[in-house]
Amino acid sequence: MSTCEEEAKLVAILGKFIDIVSKELPDDVMKKLTELRTQEEAPLAKAIYDVMFENMDKAKKLNRPTCQDTGVIQFFVRSGSRFPLLGKLRSILREATISATKSAPLRLNAVEVFDEKNTGTNVGTDVPFIEWEIVDDSTNVEIEVYQAGGGCSLPGRSIVLPPLAGYEGAMKFVFDTIVDWGINACPPLVVGVGIGTCSTSAAKLSKKAMLRPIGTSHPHPKAAAMEKSIEEGLNAIGLGPQGISGKNSVMAVHVEGMAHHPSVLGVGVTVGCWANRHGIIRFDEHLAYEVVSHTGVSL
Amino acid sequence: MKKVLTTPIQDEDIASLRVGDIVYLSGTLVTCRDEGHRRVVAENSMPSLPLDRIAIFHAGPIVRDVEGGWEMVSIGPTTSMRMERYEKEFLAKTGVKLVIGKGGMGEKTAQGCKESFAVHAVFPGGCGVVAAEQVEKIEGKEWPEFGMPEAFWILKVKEFGPLIISIDTEGNNLFEANKVTFHARKEVALKDTAKQIVSMIAKS
Repeated sequence: MSTCEEEAKLVAILGKFIDIVSKELPDDVMKKLTELRTQEEAPLAKAIYDVMFENMDKAKKLNRPTCQDTGVIQFFVRSGSRFPLLGKLRSILREATISATKSAPLRLNAVEVFDEKNTGTNVGTDVPFIEWEIVDDSTNVEIEVYQAGGGCSLPGRSIVLPPLAGYEGAMKFVFDTIVDWGINACPPLVVGVGIGTCSTSAAKLSKKAMLRPIGTSHPHPKAAAMEKSIEEGLNAIGLGPQGISGKNSVMAVHVEGMAHHPSVLGVGVTVGCWANRHGIIRFDEHLAYEVVSHTGVSL
Repeated sequence: MKKVLTTPIQDEDIASLRVGDIVYLSGTLVTCRDEGHRRVVAENSMPSLPLDRIAIFHAGPIVRDVEGGWEMVSIGPTTSMRMERYEKEFLAKTGVKLVIGKGGMGEKTAQGCKESFAVHAVFPGGCGVVAAEQVEKIEGKEWPEFGMPEAFWILKVKEFGPLIISIDTEGNNLFEANKVTFHARKEVALKDTAKQIVSMIAKS
């Protein structure tokens, strides 16, 4: 294949993948929602879960985006340094976004900054948003797509605390954020907490944490214990589905951290809604692919 | 039994509704978000469609152009709280009787519901396909210059719901009441969680 043909092939596969991610939730989210549904007892909470599951069935059957807010498209690229199309990937991801926007169809959500005009294509300045990570010197690439809706983007924030505020201050920031803002973000939520040095690093880690598959724990035992403790604490508040009150508030709490400057503790919070539309696809250098996040999906 | 409201909604249809009740809607439903509220209230400009005694939906849909019109692909609610600043005046100016959205609204809207004899209800968020299936027809579009999500889409719906009443005509407010409970529980839960985490970190 010529490079041109390879690029077109990758655009086609990724376009189809973005399309599918808007319509079918990944395995980890489906599993957790199924589990949480059985725990609800109040009639209103049960009624809401019933509509959620009816909606997921219908989205699949009718081939439509599960939520009308298909978000601003974000990519998290974890690449080997020798993936042959690495240098072309930015334009490939842009083209794939345009393609999925037409095929799915996705809602037009890119409003150009300063002019405040909708671009009508879902691409614009720095959109799709791409986060790059060169992970090794292999020839493979892993691409994660996330459809960041408005409602669940709203609670996101980060802060830099003085050292005496410490982890206690960090917890207050997390709990306040979820209770003040989480209700409108379509619970049960996936909560990502990032502990870093500055607002940027903390925010970035919180997004990374939010996207980690539900059911996984941080490898550091203290971080894993922290995740469990925050999850129990937030669930005790009982936001319930859609904040209508119920047994649970969250699908998961994930924490990521980094070494930080002794004078500061950066804390970031990122929230994902129940309709958590993210997906992971892996390619090798021949563009043979594997869909990691969605079992049984063919592109 | 399924309680179905039909537009034009009469005062007696909603008088006995209380927060937590589930209803459905048949008739005219118009989408209206931030820009629509701003134009009606702050710029004192009305769309040409009559809004009296109908329902509005805080929603920005995905609509596909088809021959001779449009097809509703997916339409779920958006965060109602964003419209808090203008909803009270919007109700007084338009005569809208039912506001549908996601999450609760504040004290000012609750006051507006009481004064204008209207209700706010919640459609489960993220359920855009269920909602789209209950849209029988897209009858028109007003203010298209706002773009696909923000335009006023005029919809004919059939048994649209479930709609959970969150503010009733007496001004009772389900989400504001929940918020008080959630904050009280938060104080307890936060204390426990922070204590566990601080002692765990301190041990090192």
